[in-house]
Amino acid sequence: MLKINNLHANINGKEILKGINLEIKAGEVHAIMGPNGSGKSTLAAVIAGKEDFEVTEGSVELNGEDLSDFAPEVRAHKGVFLSFQYPIEIPGVTVTNFIKTAINETRKAKGIAELPAKEMLQLIREKADLLEIDRKFLSRSLNEGFSGGEKKRNEIFQMAMLEPQLAILDETDSGLDIDALKVVANGVNKLKSEKNAVLLITHYQRLLDYIIPDFVHVLHNGKIVKSGGKELAYELEEKGYDWLK
Amino acid sequence: MGKFTEDDLKKELETKEYEYGFYTDIESDKFPVGLNEDVVIAISKKKNEPAWMTEWRLDAFRIWKEMTEPEWANVRYTKPSFQDISYYSAPKTKKKLDSLDEVDPELLKTFEKLGISIGEQKRLSNVAVDIVMDSVSVATTFKKTLNERGIIFCPISEAIQNHPELVKKYMGSIVPKTDNFYAALNSAVFSDGSFCYIPKGVTCPMELSTYFRINEGGTGQFERTLLIADEGSYVSYLEGCTAPARDENQLHAAVVELIALDDAEIKYSTVQNWFPGDKEGKGGVYNFVTKRGLCEKNAKISWTQVETGSAITWKYPSCILKGDNSVGEFYSIAVTNNFQQADTGTKMIHLGNNTKSTIISKGISAGHSHNSYRGLVQISPRANNARNFSQCDSLLMGDKCGAHTFPYIEVKNKSAQIEHEATTSKIGEDQLFYCNQRGINTEKAIALIVNGFGKEVLNKLPMEFAVEAQKLLEISLEGSVG
Repeated sequence: MLKINNLHANINGKEILKGINLEIKAGEVHAIMGPNGSGKSTLAAVIAGKEDFEVTEGSVELNGEDLSDFAPEVRAHKGVFLSFQYPIEIPGVTVTNFIKTAINETRKAKGIAELPAKEMLQLIREKADLLEIDRKFLSRSLNEGFSGGEKKRNEIFQMAMLEPQLAILDETDSGLDIDALKVVANGVNKLKSEKNAVLLITHYQRLLDYIIPDFVHVLHNGKIVKSGGKELAYELEEKGYDWLK
Repeated sequence: MGKFTEDDLKKELETKEYEYGFYTDIESDKFPVGLNEDVVIAISKKKNEPAWMTEWRLDAFRIWKEMTEPEWANVRYTKPSFQDISYYSAPKTKKKLDSLDEVDPELLKTFEKLGISIGEQKRLSNVAVDIVMDSVSVATTFKKTLNERGIIFCPISEAIQNHPELVKKYMGSIVPKTDNFYAALNSAVFSDGSFCYIPKGVTCPMELSTYFRINEGGTGQFERTLLIADEGSYVSYLEGCTAPARDENQLHAAVVELIALDDAEIKYSTVQNWFPGDKEGKGGVYNFVTKRGLCEKNAKISWTQVETGSAITWKYPSCILKGDNSVGEFYSIAVTNNFQQADTGTKMIHLGNNTKSTIISKGISAGHSHNSYRGLVQISPRANNARNFSQCDSLLMGDKCGAHTFPYIEVKNKSAQIEHEATTSKIGEDQLFYCNQRGINTEKAIALIVNGFGKEVLNKLPMEFAVEAQKLLEISLEGSVG
């Protein structure tokens, strides 16, 4: 599904990613771990097409198609979803209105008619229940005044609504207490299928107790320095990152 | 697609063309340029006015001659030369029209381009429309339904003929001839406008609407609106304005007077989309407007405006809260783009006890434009327990535009409660990327963010116009991404 070949990326002339190779198949869960500043969030942003970064070498392919020339919204239409580490506030735009717009814009791009209001409402209710989201929450302004947990839950709610092929969760566990973490992880697990894939970006092993990865990769200084199964996460928890440097 | 920066965003905004920039080729009856007593008399004569009206105009003209243009507003422009303007232009359809079928097809085409096919509106939206094209009111619909309830809704020229007692009593009572330079000018040369009277205890069964449009080159539009809501009545009124694109600046100096008698309520909404000038700042309408309302006991006046057009806007819809327990509200969205300049806000004058006012102002600036909020909250010594809440928010796009806030607060009674909040924000690349990542393209994302920003005001518009206003906001700020 996702194939990253020798990916190099700069921001303001500074190289952050220095040759990443990674392949994720449908139905798999991959975790990328690493110390601060290793390039984890940059990798997520580059896959999503954030234009602050300049790709100098290599490629990102989704289902055999090179994504480099596509704008972020086109990548989204093709099934890339990024759960933000710091979700952005948009005052005056409700959670419902935002997700409705996102879904209908995606449908429009694919040449499908807008989802009828009734079906939209039904879908919203269904997914909100799945993630134990209070209905009142849906009419609040997007991320405005949300607690850390509410923001992350809202990200996963949007993911549930958009049903992406590839979901990248950037530090979704940060700022969550253990109960919120369980709800979010539970949501991700329910949404997982044979047809989609998940890329977890995390600092700590904690999240991986709840979303079990098939593969764990350690990112250091813009490169994947070690890959392994889920047991690698425990090893890191125990030994830290220093032994890999 | 390459890197989409704020610079691209700005460029894109600047390339947005004015959508209503067409000119209708209908014969019109137009005065030569210039202004003197003879022209004032000629306007009055043209409209077959009684002597008292001619005298009233002449008096205003003499007052105006002694006045100078105000210069305190935060706008820079070349002053119009008042002797180079034609003060009267009427489409040459002299015959009195009883039905739409008799209207000049060219005119109807113009209405269609404006998106207000009257026939459609008649059937679908239950809106009574009085259209003022250049200076003469062309078609008044729904008159019958209104007549049955004793509501008078007609061109002001007709009201002068048929309801002189009301016009004499109220015209100039809220905005006197001496009020300011442009109000005096308007009083001397006003060509037409709307008149509305809602009798005691009557709730007007439909939204009343006037559509203003400047068509002829080199003309000014000086409409005059007088709206009287008698005791315990209710009316919701909407005016919409457009003008064709022209190189020279056109002058628009209107006066609107509202009178809400005891327990009456007036909701007055404006969607203003006069030609804003081109992207170099050439042309566009000078919009110098005086709007004011008077509230008697327990009365309420609510101004809602969506201002997207005009090169220069100078406009402060105000409320005089004279009666005890009266309420004044001002909800405004002002968008400026390219080289537009707006200095707009409100005055809330608290005279009665327990009077309450609310001000919500949302300014959106893009391009090289400047957008100023100027508002006065005045609590007189006699006004006990007056309350005001003001909120002024500015949204900036790019780094070449400006947002300014000039709040004036004068409190002379200790029991007053005044709150003022102000914020300034910027549409950030982070917000755009967040939307993009969810499949929403930049154009749609801006529309979403701007509409969210203006939501509190848009919610105040009558349902059928809220959608139109939202569209207008999008049009004013976006181009096609490409």
